Amino acid sequence: MSALPGWRELPRGAVILEPGSSVRYKTASWRVLKPVIDQDKCVRCRICWTYCPEPAIVELDQPYTSRSGKAYKVMYAIDYDYCKGCGICAEECPVKAIAMVEEVR
Amino acid sequence: MGKVMPLSGNYAVAYAVKAVDVDVVAAYPITPQTAVVEKLAEFVANGELDAEFLHVESEHSALSAVVGASAAGARVFTATSAQGLLLMYEIMHIASSSRLPIVMGIATRAISAPINIWCDHSDFMAASDTGWIMFMALNAQEAHDLIIAAYRIAEDPRVSIPVAIGYDGFVVSHTLEPVDVIEKEEALEYAPKRVSRPTLDPDRPVTMGSLASPDWYFEFRVQLQDAIENSRETISEALREFKRRFGREYREVDDFYTDDADVVIVSMGSTTGTALVFIEEARRSGMKLGLLNIRLFRPFPEVEVVKYLENAKAVAVIDRAVNAGSSFVGPLYSDVVVSAFKKSLDIPIVNYVTGLGGRAVVKSHIEFIAKHAYSLVGKKMREVKKHYSFIGVRE
Amino acid sequence: MSAFTIASIPREELLAPGHRMCQGCGAAIVMRHLLKALGKDIIIAHATGCVEVTTSLYPETAWRVPWIHVAFENAAAVASGIEAAVKALKRKGLMNPEKKVKVVAIGGDGGTVDIGLQALSGMLERGHNVLYVLYDNEAYMNTGIQRSGATPLYAWTTTTPAGKVWRGEWRRKKDIVGIVRAHGIPYVATVNFAYISDFYVKLRKASEIEGPTFIHAYAPCVPGWRYEPHLTVKIAKLAVQTGIWVNYEIDRGSFRVTTPVPKRLPVEEYLKTQGRFAHLMKEEVELIQKLVDEDVDYINKLAGSVVVGPVERK
Ligand SMILES: Cc1ncc(C[n+]2csc(CCOP(=O)(O)OP(=O)(O)O)c2C)c(N)n1
Ligand code: SF4
Ligand code: SF4
Ligand code: SF4
Ligand SMILES: [Mg+2]
Repeated sequence: MSALPGWRELPRGAVILEPGSSVRYKTASWRVLKPVIDQDKCVRCRICWTYCPEPAIVELDQPYTSRSGKAYKVMYAIDYDYCKGCGICAEECPVKAIAMVEEVR
Repeated sequence: MGKVMPLSGNYAVAYAVKAVDVDVVAAYPITPQTAVVEKLAEFVANGELDAEFLHVESEHSALSAVVGASAAGARVFTATSAQGLLLMYEIMHIASSSRLPIVMGIATRAISAPINIWCDHSDFMAASDTGWIMFMALNAQEAHDLIIAAYRIAEDPRVSIPVAIGYDGFVVSHTLEPVDVIEKEEALEYAPKRVSRPTLDPDRPVTMGSLASPDWYFEFRVQLQDAIENSRETISEALREFKRRFGREYREVDDFYTDDADVVIVSMGSTTGTALVFIEEARRSGMKLGLLNIRLFRPFPEVEVVKYLENAKAVAVIDRAVNAGSSFVGPLYSDVVVSAFKKSLDIPIVNYVTGLGGRAVVKSHIEFIAKHAYSLVGKKMREVKKHYSFIGVRE
Repeated sequence: MSAFTIASIPREELLAPGHRMCQGCGAAIVMRHLLKALGKDIIIAHATGCVEVTTSLYPETAWRVPWIHVAFENAAAVASGIEAAVKALKRKGLMNPEKKVKVVAIGGDGGTVDIGLQALSGMLERGHNVLYVLYDNEAYMNTGIQRSGATPLYAWTTTTPAGKVWRGEWRRKKDIVGIVRAHGIPYVATVNFAYISDFYVKLRKASEIEGPTFIHAYAPCVPGWRYEPHLTVKIAKLAVQTGIWVNYEIDRGSFRVTTPVPKRLPVEEYLKTQGRFAHLMKEEVELIQKLVDEDVDYINKLAGSVVVGPVERK
């Protein structure tokens, strides 16, 4: 408690001045199962990225050539700081490129 | 100086709102406030006031809309009475805790049931715990002037708290008086628009009305208490400056003959006028009566009040509202008693509740009150058997 | 203008992670895409409810756009005031008149169809330039799953439990779109994020139209509907495929189903995914099917052709 600021230091009327500051709160601890994307299976359809409620899937401008030789300009990566492990991404992936695995902490 | 016009209290308020060039008005009709809204609609309709006028569907929405508008940086106004004020009650707390400089007029009226459209202070008093700065104007001129002062006070960066100006329903709201109307230029010079707070702006996104857990909530309530307590200085400064510019003096409390008074009557609103007439007569016949008019009700001017009670031998507090079942009955009484107790004033302070639901408060009532209080002179507070009585009610 | 596809969704996230909405929350998906669809130049007035409390926990916020919450029942009134302020301030030169700012009100089903209905009606009737978005999770979730006027027939909630006498909610879902539509506003639409392009097209249309517009968004709720969190999008899709939810718009009076469903699945396929319907008996499922059939007939009549087809049993 004593680490928190006193009332004189707080902005008036509980206004929050920093947009998107919830990023400071990591929701990783909510996760029981953890999604893992198989970059070689992934066909870059964007569906997992679209349906993540957090959002905890990022779209990176990172070229990648799959083992079967397909070249992609982007990659989808899970942000494990925020992924809550809901499993929507794995469920919706049309090519089953996402596996939900046991979280080992 | 402005132009003197015969105006009712309601119109006087509307002229003040026009003078300060408000940006957004949202209000809902209710007797006895209605004429304010009508007049403002007329001003907007004629192009005399460049404002958005919201025909809201309730008082709850009226205050909610001005909360939104104020959060977006606009100068806003609303007005209401009685049931309307109660409908706003939820949002009144939110407005003050969110530190929005809203100004509201309250044409005071009794609260249902039974439904009654006439004057008392039940509505005003019901709002007294909402964290707003509250004044009670004695007449139309004062209502006009205090509305203008309210904007200067509310928008002062040291304050940033909403302000309500009460004025007695019908007695003030509907009675024509010559009013010296302040012109826009003068009003805006005295109360320039100041937006020294974060507003809803896509270029600087802020979040307002957040959820505060037990780790945080308390601090914001203390902030508000501190701000309203410290607004006293800004308020007197604003009133002094008002006098300097416009010549009319308003103090937190008005004292009449308190220097040598045995009994001081404390009152608020139009009762003060009746009391003063009686007191001046009574003085001629040797009764040493004094009078204290409470103009600023929140923050309660306790230091000033006690200053004028110090020499009294008994105090009669007149209330036009009842807090049924409380230890104090009259709400004004509770503030006076607590203020006196803090200074250890051990004199009888008694409460007289009168004029509920528009029952006329006449000279004979004041006479009865004065005589009754006189009979307590020489006693101590604990020797008083009955701390309150109803005056003007049929047994 | 080329057709909107999943590839057209902007990358920028205006809802930040770290919010406290449940795992798999449908409302979170609605909010995320609502913001992407509308962009930065908006001001949001939000009603009390799940999304509000989980995104604005002091001292942090998930919002990257200006956002205000005042109370439960008044989002539409607050939005009206903001819109009026923007208008007045622009006109008076106190705000850049060139800046386009859209005011958006957001409320849950309770905050919209029940306690906020009056304020909503006032806002619509007065003609404010505000987009109102109802995210419908079909109960008061924030207070722990109590029924609302939007709770569907037979659904279990904590205030409509299934017992010896009650069989869950016994009244039908309030027709909020019908009520809103009766105000004669320029644009009303239903959206379901399982059909994401349709979602974007409608939100953008609703935002671009000057005047009051209304979006009714389907928002599955994991604990409230009692299903496993990974099923949120599946269930959303099933709602459309069974005809329980129809994606349509009423654009300046003209009605159009935007997601045709040539062959419907039986409602059972939808109901069985959710624990809130687990107590249903055969006759109850049949009654729901009958009522959905009737609704679909009505929709087809409005559309002037069969856009939602008959049920096809597997
Ligand atoms: C005037 C008032 N009554 C009741 C509440 C308690 N309350 C807060 S949120 C809520 C339910 C919200 O339901 P809904 O609008 O459907 O949003 P949801 O939480 O389901 O997303 C209730 C009953 C309140 N905050 N204010
Ligand atoms: S499991 Fe859920 S939260 Fe995690 S990345 Fe997938 S969709 Fe997002
Ligand atoms: S849903 Fe599957 S295929 Fe599509 S982008 Fe995500 S991981 Fe790749
Ligand atoms: S209770 Fe339902 S609506 Fe609320 S956050 Fe959880 S899933 Fe979302
Ligand atoms: Mg709900």
